[in-house]
Amino acid sequence: MTQPKRISRRQFNAAVAGLGAASALAPFGIARAAGKLKVGVLLPRSSYEALIGQSCQLGVDLAPGVLKSMLGVDIEIMSADTESNVNTARTRAERLIQEGAHVLVGAFDSGQTAAIAQVAEQRGVPLVVNIAAAPQITEQGYKFVFRNFPTAPELVRNGLSLIGDLLQATHTVARTAVYMHVNDTFGQAMTHGINALMPHLTQLPFKIVDTVAYDPAAKDLSVEVSKAKAANADFLLLVCRLNDSIVLRREMVKQRWHPMGVIDPGSPGIYEEQFAKSLGKYADYVIDNPPWYNPKGALTGIVEEAFSKRNPGEKFVYHGLNVGYTFEAIMIAADAFKRAGSTDPKALADAIRATDIEKRVMLGGPIKFNPKGQVDGNKSACVQILDGTPRVVLPEYAAEAKPVFPWPEYKGA
Amino acid sequence: MSATLVANVVISGLLTGLVYGLMALGLSVIFGVVRVVNFAHGEMMTVAMYAAVLLFGAFRLDPILAALPVAVLFFAVGYALQAGLINPFITRPEHSQFILLVAVATILSNVTLMAFGPDAHSVQTDYQLDSWALGQIIVDKARVFAALSALATTAGLFAFFRFSRIGTAIRACADNHLGARIVGLNVKHLYALTFGLGAACVAVAGCMMTLLVEVSPSLGPSYTLLGFVIVIVGGLGSMPGALLGGVLIGVSEALAGLFIDPSAKSMISFALLIVVLLFRPQGLLGSRT
Amino acid sequence: MKARLLMAALAAVLIALPWMAGNYVLSVATLALYFAFTGQAWNVMMGFAGQLSLGHSLYVGLGAYAAAALFTKFGIGPWAGIWLAMALCVAAGAAIGLLAFRFGISGVYFALLTIAFAEFTRIGFDHIGWLGGPGGLFLKVEQRTSIDLADLRGTPAMFYYVMLAFTAGAFALCAWLLRSRAGYYWQAIREDEDAARALGINTFRWKLLAVAISAAMTSFAGVFFAFYYNNLFPEQIFHISQSIEIILGPIVGGVGSLFGPILGAALLTALADSLNNMVSAMGWDIPGVKQVFYGVILLLVVMFLPNGIWPPLAKRLGLERKA
Repeated sequence: MTQPKRISRRQFNAAVAGLGAASALAPFGIARAAGKLKVGVLLPRSSYEALIGQSCQLGVDLAPGVLKSMLGVDIEIMSADTESNVNTARTRAERLIQEGAHVLVGAFDSGQTAAIAQVAEQRGVPLVVNIAAAPQITEQGYKFVFRNFPTAPELVRNGLSLIGDLLQATHTVARTAVYMHVNDTFGQAMTHGINALMPHLTQLPFKIVDTVAYDPAAKDLSVEVSKAKAANADFLLLVCRLNDSIVLRREMVKQRWHPMGVIDPGSPGIYEEQFAKSLGKYADYVIDNPPWYNPKGALTGIVEEAFSKRNPGEKFVYHGLNVGYTFEAIMIAADAFKRAGSTDPKALADAIRATDIEKRVMLGGPIKFNPKGQVDGNKSACVQILDGTPRVVLPEYAAEAKPVFPWPEYKGA
Repeated sequence: MSATLVANVVISGLLTGLVYGLMALGLSVIFGVVRVVNFAHGEMMTVAMYAAVLLFGAFRLDPILAALPVAVLFFAVGYALQAGLINPFITRPEHSQFILLVAVATILSNVTLMAFGPDAHSVQTDYQLDSWALGQIIVDKARVFAALSALATTAGLFAFFRFSRIGTAIRACADNHLGARIVGLNVKHLYALTFGLGAACVAVAGCMMTLLVEVSPSLGPSYTLLGFVIVIVGGLGSMPGALLGGVLIGVSEALAGLFIDPSAKSMISFALLIVVLLFRPQGLLGSRT
Repeated sequence: MKARLLMAALAAVLIALPWMAGNYVLSVATLALYFAFTGQAWNVMMGFAGQLSLGHSLYVGLGAYAAAALFTKFGIGPWAGIWLAMALCVAAGAAIGLLAFRFGISGVYFALLTIAFAEFTRIGFDHIGWLGGPGGLFLKVEQRTSIDLADLRGTPAMFYYVMLAFTAGAFALCAWLLRSRAGYYWQAIREDEDAARALGINTFRWKLLAVAISAAMTSFAGVFFAFYYNNLFPEQIFHISQSIEIILGPIVGGVGSLFGPILGAALLTALADSLNNMVSAMGWDIPGVKQVFYGVILLLVVMFLPNGIWPPLAKRLGLERKA
């Protein structure tokens, strides 16, 4: 066999070493421009969580313009991709801080967010979590970590009680439910929440007759659906992700399973564009109770307008949750900057702690942080797919349409 | 647990297993002959799925029909890949081969991410959600089509290797590399041909898969792993073995999901893999080299 | 002589790094050392005894969970927990080795066996509710104004030095092993196992030893991981991508050599990070671009430098070891 062609090893090594040394020891970025807030945003824009990360990024891109006209502050965004990986999240966070970020925002994934939180706390740079549900993130006693997103237990409670509201609003009697859930972080949190809360939420008149957990990586869910169908329950309580939600709904159709309806207590997936696109008419009437934006919110119109201008091909409704919470996180930073009048991280953290914002995009009370750095009172909405579009049907003050339950294809007991 | 439920589950597992087998077929052919561990297998199938989705979007071409042009394309690409990139690695240690194909896989999956974005894409054929009802048994139409194509492809490939001259030559290479060269066979060309055939199988599998699942850039690794489990269980280099392995995995996972915990059902396939590796490493239908 | 001088210089730079560089470089350096260490541990199995393991994340995960569980449930610190971690990993490694070698599994089949075990464990841990299941196991983190070495709570510099010590220790251990009887036997087995057996070497026992040592070393990395990141998810820590990351360093650097894994890990970590910075500096903020570059470079290295970067580099520097 002939010798393969070789490039000079020295050249190769030198190039790599040079690249590495040059970029790693690069001097500090631009001097801290007075009056400009540098926000380091960490999101998973590649690998497994890319879809949601890129959706959140849309909220990041529109924030500076909106906040400039709203609050008159100048924001410079420094974006980093965590690559859905905890190692990368940590080094990117360190890098952003070295390059002069005054505040960090991120990072959707609880594991990566926890790693970034440690860096933020260590360096005394405030982190505003846009989306991450693991309760532990605000249970560590950190002084520099703030989260404007409900914790998993809160999510569960809100989602479940909305089911009670739904049954009441549609005057439906549903006695049994079969519970299917994906065996991942969210599914597990939901299960714990359900087991803990169900005995206490007495206005929930239904019982869970069977539980079917499934593997998030499973390509084929026919067995799971068969099992769930065999439980003969009134409706399906489903905790899922986007990909499996589509597979499951398809299986339901193939196996001719027509319960009263499908209700998700709040996991992501059903309200995303791909769900309606893939399933067509079969997406209709499916219900999800996620933390959601207020279609009639004071700030929603402005953000939605900015979104549509920048992303003419996208519909705001599919990104509202991600964009809304991400925008609010940056807004919190900007608002604190305005009040603090300085980019000093400690001053910013103190200002964030004193945040009190009434005008919001998302559903819930004003943005106020409790001593743990957590915002209590973020609410969920009952969202139903109607005519291929997710519409808020509950609570009534934010509703865009009336809920339909049981769904039309249900043949009755 | 009613008999109907069990019957439904078993039939579904069988059909799914045949589709898995189709997916693993290409891997078996490549591994069995060229002895290269194709860790980019899942990514190749993902690209084939994207091709099918593109053709559907542009021409409303049904994936079953799209399988032919995509397979031809993949044959050419597979041939080029083997002849150009992979050939020098056949005699290299396994870890080098592994890194080569991991690099190829990384490039493929990230290029698809850049080209198509992270959104899932799918085809929407009319019959995709149809099923036939045989009494209480419900049979999924799309899966039946995919399973039939799996059988057809396997039969075709089997016939090719058994009865054609080139097929015999390829088998000779696999059995005795040195001997093949001594009798004057152009081994490099035959290897490339085999890789091309394997790639074509992957293409057919990908097109069929679009009837069943959504395609997104990060699908690759889990299919690669599944492919390897099936190939080992069924037997390296044995085409019926790939189908058998697929069916075995499909049915056992289905039953495990039914009687034990569905979220743990993949543990069954790995347990099966371990058992087979220990007690019959050539797989069920493979032959000891 | 030259080798010692260069090593001393390198050691000096590494020890002084926290004073010279900021936290960001330190975090990258810690990551590089982590992969240098795990790569070195993996190298014992592959480079020395010739067994390709693609499931090394199993040991990282077991070690991490063992130490983390002891810490969160019983308040036992990491330096005590490390014994349990090691024991578990040695048991797991020995089990795999026993099964594989008794049944004559080698090469690709062995690699697939290791993958199967890692995957099996990953799904298994997803179902252990007591350890957090898929929701993850979180270690309590407090304000770190002081260093608590006993509980591995401290500044980034502390973690850096811990990892540096581990890596130096691994290097020394491997150097000693190579020169010992085990090293000669392993080399013989790697070159031609049948011939080695014909010479009367109990290949089964020595291969098993390599697996056990490799597993035990890797458990240290797991313990470090648990206390550095303070959260463990089965999906992440047992994932096959972890296993792949571990082996990239030694393969690129040079399997079987002493310094290869360290060099490979350092180069790859620096490369990954530089690509990130380069890509964002050039404004190519498209997700996936960096990974494509990374893949291409990996491809080029493995195509043109079949034995890794270190052997030809060592030759150039005149550091070649007398056979």
